[in-house]
Amino acid sequence: MTQGTPSVAPTRSATEVLAVRASGVDRAFGGVQALRDASFAARPGEIHALAGENGAGKSTLIKVLCGLISADRGTVEIFGQAVRRVVEPAARRRLGVATAFQELSLLPDLTVAENLLLHDPPRGRLGLVRRGRLAPVADGILRRYGVDYVDSRTVTADLSVAHRQVVELVRVLATEPKVVILDEPTAALPAEQVRWLAGHMRRLRDAGCCVIFTSHRWREIEDLADRVTVFRNGTRVATRDRLSEAEAVTLMSGRSFAGAYPDVTAIARGDSALRVDDLAGGRLRGVSFDLRRGEILGVGGLAGQGQRDLFLTLFGARRAAAGAVSVGGEAVTIRRPKDAIRAGLGIAYVPEDRKAEGLFLPLSIRDNIALATLSRRSSYGFVARGAERSAVSSIAAQLRIGGGRATSQAVGTLSGGNQQKVVMARWLLTEADVLLLYDVTRGVDAATKHDIYELVAELAGRGKAILFHSSETEEIANLCHRVLVLREGRIAAELPGPVGDAERIVAASIKEAPDA
Amino acid sequence: MRDLLRGMSLGYAVLAATAVTYVTVYTVNLGRFPTTFDYLSILNTTLPLVFVAIGQSLVVLTGGIDLSVGGIVSLCVAVTATRVTGEGAGPFLWILVVLALGAACGAVNGLIVAKGRIAPILTTLATLSIFTGLALRVLPVPGGSVPQGVRMLLSNPNVPTGLIWLGAAVAGWLVLRRTRFGMRIYAVGSDETSARAVGVPTAAVKLGVYALSGLCSALAAVFYVSTTTAGDANAGAPFILTSIASVVVGGVAFSGGRGSALGAVAGAVALALVIDVLFFAGIDPLYQALFQGLFLVVAVLLGTVAALATRRRRADV
Repeated sequence: MTQGTPSVAPTRSATEVLAVRASGVDRAFGGVQALRDASFAARPGEIHALAGENGAGKSTLIKVLCGLISADRGTVEIFGQAVRRVVEPAARRRLGVATAFQELSLLPDLTVAENLLLHDPPRGRLGLVRRGRLAPVADGILRRYGVDYVDSRTVTADLSVAHRQVVELVRVLATEPKVVILDEPTAALPAEQVRWLAGHMRRLRDAGCCVIFTSHRWREIEDLADRVTVFRNGTRVATRDRLSEAEAVTLMSGRSFAGAYPDVTAIARGDSALRVDDLAGGRLRGVSFDLRRGEILGVGGLAGQGQRDLFLTLFGARRAAAGAVSVGGEAVTIRRPKDAIRAGLGIAYVPEDRKAEGLFLPLSIRDNIALATLSRRSSYGFVARGAERSAVSSIAAQLRIGGGRATSQAVGTLSGGNQQKVVMARWLLTEADVLLLYDVTRGVDAATKHDIYELVAELAGRGKAILFHSSETEEIANLCHRVLVLREGRIAAELPGPVGDAERIVAASIKEAPDA
Repeated sequence: MRDLLRGMSLGYAVLAATAVTYVTVYTVNLGRFPTTFDYLSILNTTLPLVFVAIGQSLVVLTGGIDLSVGGIVSLCVAVTATRVTGEGAGPFLWILVVLALGAACGAVNGLIVAKGRIAPILTTLATLSIFTGLALRVLPVPGGSVPQGVRMLLSNPNVPTGLIWLGAAVAGWLVLRRTRFGMRIYAVGSDETSARAVGVPTAAVKLGVYALSGLCSALAAVFYVSTTTAGDANAGAPFILTSIASVVVGGVAFSGGRGSALGAVAGAVALALVIDVLFFAGIDPLYQALFQGLFLVVAVLLGTVAALATRRRRADV
């Protein structure tokens, strides 16, 4: 969140042919107007960032641009050729557009190799697929893009989110397209892979390719983009060569923010709420800490150092191999989430992957929020709907979910940021005193992120104990009273906070690491 | 080889356990080992289910379900029993007609599911009634026959021709698995939205699997008539549940995307063996369905426990 001079590269000489041109595009889903008279243009040989809050229409525009869905009205052209909805992979390839979608489009039950070679597998006699050649060929593709840490024989569902994202990106890059569209490519990536991706984006641009990407991390837009287009409410509001973060946020949200992070130093810390001794299991190799009431304890480090296992183990979603946990001074055994919810002061877990781990999209906001606390408001198996309605309404208003829309609406119609708030609301209703927040701001827009920071600080102020992990180290650096840096399943460093500077956490993450 | 093992360990394990039980029960009851004749009769009576189960597994792999297999088998049995008659090439041409008819019935399912966007269970429930109704129109009372030539070729009680057809069915699957279409079946079942996003023609894939399922049902019908030497317009009904059971025992995930038709083949043979086990154990045929159901529940439970154990082991590495 540096406020310094933007380092956006100067515009390159104007080219006559546009790589991508969309004008007057309308698109509605059910009753929701996702795009409204939207226009967009990008040139060959540029990196063009598409900025906007969740629900601004970026993802819909991308789907229209690559022919996945059709526009209700308006025209889309790729290198002067009109695009309609295309299904046939061959037709898509002719179009020269390759897209990495935000909702990962890898097929979970297929191996990495099958995913990469789905349309063009190595074939032998009679045109039959040579299954034995799939993995070597796919490994070759991965190596060509410098990815040697993913085995192409792995079933995709078994990969970490970060590695899945890398494979998804390689799938897109490997088609050597004329237009590359990357929807939130870095949301799941650790810093090292972000640099890797940036290198490839620049290489493609220099080769004359049109690279379009979206990101909620302004620093990446500043670093990478030659031009920025800002969307709000389904419409383009600006296209600029240079744009400061403050301007961008104002353009995106229509409101302006002072001070990105709330001040947490003044929050009083109380007794021990969650004490962990030598916890091990999965990637965890023995972690100990003491989390007090009113404290926001950050868990940082490079991706895949055991952060996820720590959160899941504490919530009972996976078993601990060793170690002891006490909640509010009482030793507890957590074997399943139910134990965590009931343990002493109560433990609640808000996950990163809302759709996989938290939300039921077709159900209403109210049902989703009330789900974890049904038994509290029911007797003899019947739910007291009145009590439920009032409890849900008050928390929904408190979190500003859906801008005050009816809580009977399906969660699936909400934007990503609002969906994340619904998950948080559910766990807040449990009145648990220990909150495990795992990368809750992932893929969330600036305004909602800001709301979430304020909410986290406010919860700490009310005496909740908060364990906080984020893939954006800056958040950990600015929002936490104390930061634990994990490396290879152990605590490599403990930094007093707010650290303020993400670089210090990154430095502690890689110091003495075997191959860094 | 990895292909053979992937996702079908449950079917194999259950088949092995059932086979051992069969041989034990048979030997204890009759005081001798089963003869070639016994194996042949098992093979010939199981083949129809094997075919239906392969077709069903293709549909289930895409995340769908095909209840209409019962109707297609009935219809094709009726047509086979009434039309596949006489000498020379005539009956064999009619067999081809029956196969085309089955595939066409399946294609109708596929069209409704893929283009009409109607849930597979509703679509095939409706077409099940339609095909069964047509079967009754063709063959109102059980009857018909099958030429000796056809019988000798398909389900010869003395020569293991059935083994060739079983081999052909397995080979057919292995070839299918090695086509782009085969890969796409898994893609659609794994995550249809994603599959569409990466350019898999999901509608065509669905149309394909339902048509293939119809074709498999037609094959089953031809073998059924050949083995029983007569037709019945209700012959297909039992195949609905047994084919689904075979697929489940065979370790094919009901959500789609995981498993193999070979597992379903193993499941089908195991299910057929269970009936023989019950027979030799002297259990009243009235309880056959009850024990088959129990078998299904136990097999699937064991499979779930095994899957959980593997997942845990993998997670702890």
